[in-house]
Amino acid sequence: MDWAAFRLSAELGLWTLALLLPVSVWLGRLLAVRSFRGRGFIEAAVALPLVLPPTVVGFYLLLAFGAGSPLGRAWEALAGRGLAFSFEGLLLASVLVNLPFAVQPIQNGFAALPPRLREAGAMSGMAPWTVFRRVELPLAWPGIATAAVLTFAHTLGEFGVVLMVGGSIPGETRTAAIAIYDRVQAFDDRGAGLMSAVLLGTSVLALGLTNTLSRRVGRRRDG
Amino acid sequence: MAEGLSLRLRAEGPIPLDLSLDVAPGEVVALVGPSGAGKSTALRCVAGLHQPSQGKVRCGGETWLDTASGLALAPHRRSAGLVFQDYALFPHMTALGNVMAATGHLPRTQREARAREWLARVHLSGLEGRRPEELSGGQQQRVAVARSLARDPAVLLLDEPFSAVDRATRRRLQAELAGLRRSLAIPVLMVTHDLEEAVALADRICVMHRGTGLQQGTPANVLARPASAEVARLLDLRNLFRGRIEAQDEVSGRTVFRWGSRRVEALADRRLHAGTEVDWLVPGGAVVLHRRERPSQGERENPILARVIDLVPMGEEARVTLDVDDPEGGTLAFALPLHHARRNGLARGAECSVSLLAKAIHLMPRSN
Repeated sequence: MDWAAFRLSAELGLWTLALLLPVSVWLGRLLAVRSFRGRGFIEAAVALPLVLPPTVVGFYLLLAFGAGSPLGRAWEALAGRGLAFSFEGLLLASVLVNLPFAVQPIQNGFAALPPRLREAGAMSGMAPWTVFRRVELPLAWPGIATAAVLTFAHTLGEFGVVLMVGGSIPGETRTAAIAIYDRVQAFDDRGAGLMSAVLLGTSVLALGLTNTLSRRVGRRRDG
Repeated sequence: MAEGLSLRLRAEGPIPLDLSLDVAPGEVVALVGPSGAGKSTALRCVAGLHQPSQGKVRCGGETWLDTASGLALAPHRRSAGLVFQDYALFPHMTALGNVMAATGHLPRTQREARAREWLARVHLSGLEGRRPEELSGGQQQRVAVARSLARDPAVLLLDEPFSAVDRATRRRLQAELAGLRRSLAIPVLMVTHDLEEAVALADRICVMHRGTGLQQGTPANVLARPASAEVARLLDLRNLFRGRIEAQDEVSGRTVFRWGSRRVEALADRRLHAGTEVDWLVPGGAVVLHRRERPSQGERENPILARVIDLVPMGEEARVTLDVDDPEGGTLAFALPLHHARRNGLARGAECSVSLLAKAIHLMPRSN
């Protein structure tokens, strides 16, 4: 049992959430509330990681992280080491591939709110930020919670992209999913089985939570 | 003196607007007209939820919108209370929470007390802890009214506030609002497609069509003297006909006009020269049935021979429709006590004669 790998997966999941959720709440709300030129393009770009093979995403990320790219060079100048095959690189990749899992439930959550409520907030003298905090967030939170659960669970299970951009460096980029693969390669079926069972349990729990939360959103939409 | 609401709006399509309106403090003005007349859009312009291409909105001595100088205050900065057609209560807050949400301008310690006061004024004491879904339609409407007033607005805006409740509740809510408004020293602008409601609640009405304010005045005045046939039709007024001015009779002080083959007299209207095409209107109350047995003096006034097309008893009243040989095929409608109708032998197909009272005939020059 590779506890370090689990720890790394959990850290990656939490960091991903910390970076991705604020962005997704902003972007999801924007896509739900405003109509503007290029909205369809942004929605398609957000959904892209859902349909692309993880190896393809990983390949392009590797290119973008490499010393030949502006991003790779900028990071190297800033942090003193490369982005590829590092935890930071893995985190950035995780944030990007999780975009659809975070943005779409949040967008649905905000889209389910009647636009009148925002207007009613303004007519009650609330500034836009107050309307967001006191009216929109409390009503859209099931969508946000769903996004968080999905993102975390998906980060634990992500394999292809992690392998491409992170490799399998113990304590740095070897996540639980990679560790299971390594255990299988090493004919350690018991270790692989244990770790798989833990991931299975986590995923079932996540799906259960997500279903409960999305039913809440559904009820609100009906009511 | 406190300043009321002053509204100047202009916009070309897709939502055209051409409206100029002033509402004094304490006055209730109703925008009436069919759906799509731009009533709600005008209201939303005051609230800041819609931006006209040209316009000026002033309220309580403040300028909220002046497109000429590029000024447009955000909705939450305009001190306006708005009751939405569907109330738009915050579903996750209690009745008290909904009203308190509009008390952000008060010190924190006073907010709850003020919200409770407002709920008491709309007769909802004891229901403070209920959520909107646990309240009836009428109760929700009261919460919405309390919330709109809790911010101490400089104007109260009501968007079809009674359309979502049943008839009995509507009557009660209208009576409550009529009581409440007496204690409000702010202008009230309401939107309704229900003329009866406007007549019952408003000091003045403004008839709108296709975004344009066609006529303003007291309900009684607008109903008796619509500015044009278009206004009369929008108000669903009966007994609207066409005619042509024949002469101004200086001696009798009457204007004489031709209606098909008949000559009809109305009170003198000196704007109208001989030959002018007019639309004219006679209220049902000014149609007088001639009694069979006892002819009287009044029968010399615009006597009309007619045939009864329809007679519908409605309780104590009979609603009568007459074929008056109108060149356009129009009919004359009026009501009279049912026993009068019986006594005078009114029945479908029967002949009768009526007088049109000259002083109630309203002449409107045709614009084209």
